[in-house]
Amino acid sequence: MPSKKNQTPVVSVPASEEPEGPPTPDPIPPVQILYCSVCSFPAEYCEFGSSLTKCKVWLKEEHPDLFDKFYSDDALTSKVGTLSLEAQAKLEKDTAKKEAKASAKADAALKKKLASQVIIKRIERNKRKHVTSVAGLEAFGIDLKKAAKQFASKFATGSSVTKNLQGLDEIVVQGDVSDEILEMIEAGAGVLKGIPADNVEIVEEKKKKGGD
Amino acid sequence: MFKKFSPSTDIAGQTPVKSSVQRAIRAAVLAQWKIEPETLEAVWPKKEGLVHVKCREHVSIYTVHGEPLIIQHFDGPYYPTLRLLHKYPYILPRVGIDRGAIRFLLAGAPMMCPGLTSKGGYLPPADDALPAGASVAIYAEGKEHAVGVGLLKLGTEEIRKINKDVGVELATYLGDDLWALKSL
Repeated sequence: MPSKKNQTPVVSVPASEEPEGPPTPDPIPPVQILYCSVCSFPAEYCEFGSSLTKCKVWLKEEHPDLFDKFYSDDALTSKVGTLSLEAQAKLEKDTAKKEAKASAKADAALKKKLASQVIIKRIERNKRKHVTSVAGLEAFGIDLKKAAKQFASKFATGSSVTKNLQGLDEIVVQGDVSDEILEMIEAGAGVLKGIPADNVEIVEEKKKKGGD
Repeated sequence: MFKKFSPSTDIAGQTPVKSSVQRAIRAAVLAQWKIEPETLEAVWPKKEGLVHVKCREHVSIYTVHGEPLIIQHFDGPYYPTLRLLHKYPYILPRVGIDRGAIRFLLAGAPMMCPGLTSKGGYLPPADDALPAGASVAIYAEGKEHAVGVGLLKLGTEEIRKINKDVGVELATYLGDDLWALKSL
């Protein structure tokens, strides 16, 4: 094993050809960057994101000094820099278009989320044994593995994430626990948060005659 | 590389890296980046095992505590992730692009030479010239922080001379799917 490198003596020996930041025995602390909480970009890049108006509101509230720095009039004029006027106009138009597109997309996603169903299905395995499958939870941003684990510990039965015939993930819980799961979803227990109770449906599936 | 990337389909597996391999990676990173051993130690402590996340098309991501730090394509150079580069901006040599090119960069396009050689762009001076195949941090005109990490397709002097076609290929950039992924 090579000896520890961070035990360099305090009389610092220039380790390499470093142009900036003299080599020190201590690690150089990371640069703190302000990331926009709306679009996750560094705040100065919000103008290229798809939610500029929202980002601007956020920045104005949280960091008014930075807002002035980025969006005041002279900042805007100096920013144009080497770009020609037409190019700038085009860029602005593009940004507006992108923003409209992104908000439409977000709307559509929300609508889809509200329309999507959670289906709790009771499946008969033989005359008096059942399994319960819960499909459609992922549309509400629920981690299926965690939810399965929660069911398993709540009902003390086996519970797993499996792919169904359509290739979608669903949770299969051993035993007939459909009513309990419905209650849990209504109460929003554990990870099962944010599901409107109206979107949950219980269905039953009888075993076909002749078996598989 | 990461324009389209979804963890559920694109990741083939995660394995902890053998300590001998880790030592090799550490040495390579120290050789390729301008980073002091102490600083690297702070972001990637020797005690903490590196996890190799294997992705499709020979892309490897190395994570520490689930946070992606290093990316590599096939056995090319090691790139820092953009978040790491933001924290330690001096570890890679820099090139700059003009304002008109930012839009295309954020859409994942490789950077063309004119965007680097124009007034808003920046290339290291002739005595600091970089050869083709070096990894660089890409900065944008009028911005403080890096916008992407890329690989030089041409040497910086060649870019000046030819001033045509692709100059820098993108590895990762602001707003790609790796950026959206804070932990693996």
